[in-house]
Amino acid sequence: MSLSADVPVAPPRVNLRALGLLALLAVAVLVVPVIASPYVIEAILLPFLALSLAGLGLNLLTGYGGQVSLGSAAFMAVGAFAAYNFQLRLGVSLPLAIVLAAATAAAIGVVFGLPSLRLRGFYLAVSTLAAQFFVQWALTKFSWFSNDSASGVVAAPRLTVASLDLDAPQGRYLFALTLVVGITFLVHRIVGSRAGVNLIAVRDDETAAKVIGVPVLRTKLVAFAISSAIIGVAGVIWAYAYLRTVEPAGFNLDRSFQVLFIIIIGGLATIRGAFLGAALIVVFPLLLARTSSFAFEGLVDAGVLKLVERVVLGLVIILFLIAEPNGLSAILGRATARLRAVLRRG
Amino acid sequence: MSTTVVRLAAAGDAPGSGVFSVAAATTSAPALALDGICLSFGGIRALRDISFDVAPGEIRAIIGPNGAGKSSLVNVISGLYRADAGTVQIAGQAFARMPASRLAKIGVARTFQNLALFPGLTAAQNIASGLAFRRRSGLLAQVLGLSAARSESAREDEEVREIAAFLGIGGVLDRLVSTLPYGVQKQVDLARALVAEPNLLMLDEPMAGLTVTEKAEMAAHIRAVRDRTGLAIILIEHDIGVVMELSDRIAVLDHGVKIADGTPVEIRRDPEVIRAYLGAEAA
Ligand SMILES: Nc1ncnc2c1ncn2[C@@H]1O[C@H](COP(=O)(O)OP(=O)(O)O)[C@@H](O)[C@H]1O
Ligand SMILES: [Mg+2]
Repeated sequence: MSLSADVPVAPPRVNLRALGLLALLAVAVLVVPVIASPYVIEAILLPFLALSLAGLGLNLLTGYGGQVSLGSAAFMAVGAFAAYNFQLRLGVSLPLAIVLAAATAAAIGVVFGLPSLRLRGFYLAVSTLAAQFFVQWALTKFSWFSNDSASGVVAAPRLTVASLDLDAPQGRYLFALTLVVGITFLVHRIVGSRAGVNLIAVRDDETAAKVIGVPVLRTKLVAFAISSAIIGVAGVIWAYAYLRTVEPAGFNLDRSFQVLFIIIIGGLATIRGAFLGAALIVVFPLLLARTSSFAFEGLVDAGVLKLVERVVLGLVIILFLIAEPNGLSAILGRATARLRAVLRRG
Repeated sequence: MSTTVVRLAAAGDAPGSGVFSVAAATTSAPALALDGICLSFGGIRALRDISFDVAPGEIRAIIGPNGAGKSSLVNVISGLYRADAGTVQIAGQAFARMPASRLAKIGVARTFQNLALFPGLTAAQNIASGLAFRRRSGLLAQVLGLSAARSESAREDEEVREIAAFLGIGGVLDRLVSTLPYGVQKQVDLARALVAEPNLLMLDEPMAGLTVTEKAEMAAHIRAVRDRTGLAIILIEHDIGVVMELSDRIAVLDHGVKIADGTPVEIRRDPEVIRAYLGAEAA
């Protein structure tokens, strides 16, 4: 008993948080595949996972690094098409194709990140549009990328890893979940490292960072590389697991804005922000459709609904920018702090 | 505290790059020598033919009214502004243009007139950033938590704690720097510069906005750092009392021209200074 005084007691808060994450993960791995219907997986969970990952990648660059990008969808497209072509032409396995796709997206990300060495803020955002338009143009123009398919739309290869067939909804969900969880852990490590600190330093005061010897250029380009690689993998999930087709159409400017909105709503420079924002962006239109079909019983047609969705989403974004620039993440943070205080008192 | 003294005392010969430290150690070359520096912004001639040197271990003040060109001079030395003419010599190495991104490696550190801390980082992370220039472990080693990266971080943390204890800010290391009082932020800024163990430290109005007590504390720190490490300090400061008390030599700028240069006693007697600077201060 006398020993117990010497054992350092870990702060309970950290344990609670780790436990909570572990519980969440256990539910996601063990419970969700059993209870979730194919509809829930295909209409909600798969787009949620793909967009969360894209948001996570963009948050690294924009939230932590301060480099605004409107080219996210382009890097999703690069990832999807690169994985498809590596599998098609080199016959590599899916895991290797994903690694190569991430590397391809990283390389292209660095190229389109070069303007960031000179441009900032609004001007940089506009220059990343070049990536958006160039990639979409190239993928549409050169049918080689789509294996000369007449429509430009190709079916994604069957999802198999080793001898595991993941083509059913549950399998695709677990495939996406594995990638997202692994990469999220990696991002967690990155933002906690000295390199992550450098990234924030460059965002907060580039001149000071440069003068004290933070490698500003390298930091920016590495941020572009890693961010693009992650968004590229998100593109693979989007095309392979969610849509099950590889096509340029969905990777347009709208998608880029969607990913940007995800991190603004969810919370810049936070990891959970990407997930919270993606959840809202995915679930909100479905809720809206449900509500309208319930309330107006089909009187509102799909076009009008789409329009309403956009207007409301726009309002939500403006609301967040004004009232809670730190996003859902900050709201969640306050809520859990309050809960903790109540628990401690009770 | 005793470890702090030892480390700071040994700091003079460790500015990162071996070449420069050898030059600094073997010659009695000035820590800094400026020769004929000119700088203009459009029509404004911010610096006119400024020559100026700082001896190792010296506290060298630059005074002058607002707009005299003091900050511009420090920015030229930092490589943030490019001089139209003239050279900067640091520890015997001449530069037509100072490379801002290599400043820390050359053994020069600075603070900024308007705080240039990283508000999104803690005080400790801000200070540790001052060591980024000599960091060896790469991103992969850090993410994988390789032992080289871990021990490097641990070493950095130790140095951060030492310098923070020395400046009396050890208690706020884990606080976000943006939540700290202004006077404490100024100390963090100084710590971020000092942790790099520079040979030359440039302080651009380190006491601006501080209370009388904080000023006295800052002055004591500046003197203590110099006494223990023997680094050279350029001090830009408006408080004449502090300047006279702290500095070994004072240069006076007015409208981009160096109008006087000498010991505090000489400067106090200089009729030109009394007319141009002290007069302007009074106005
Ligand atoms: N980046 C800049 N662009 C244009 N003019 C500048 C710039 N920096 C300084 N100046 C001008 O140079 C002169 C000297 O300014 P500064 O060096 O800041 O003076 P001090 O630090 O002595 O108050 C002023 O006239 C100022 O307006
Ligand atoms: Mg100034």
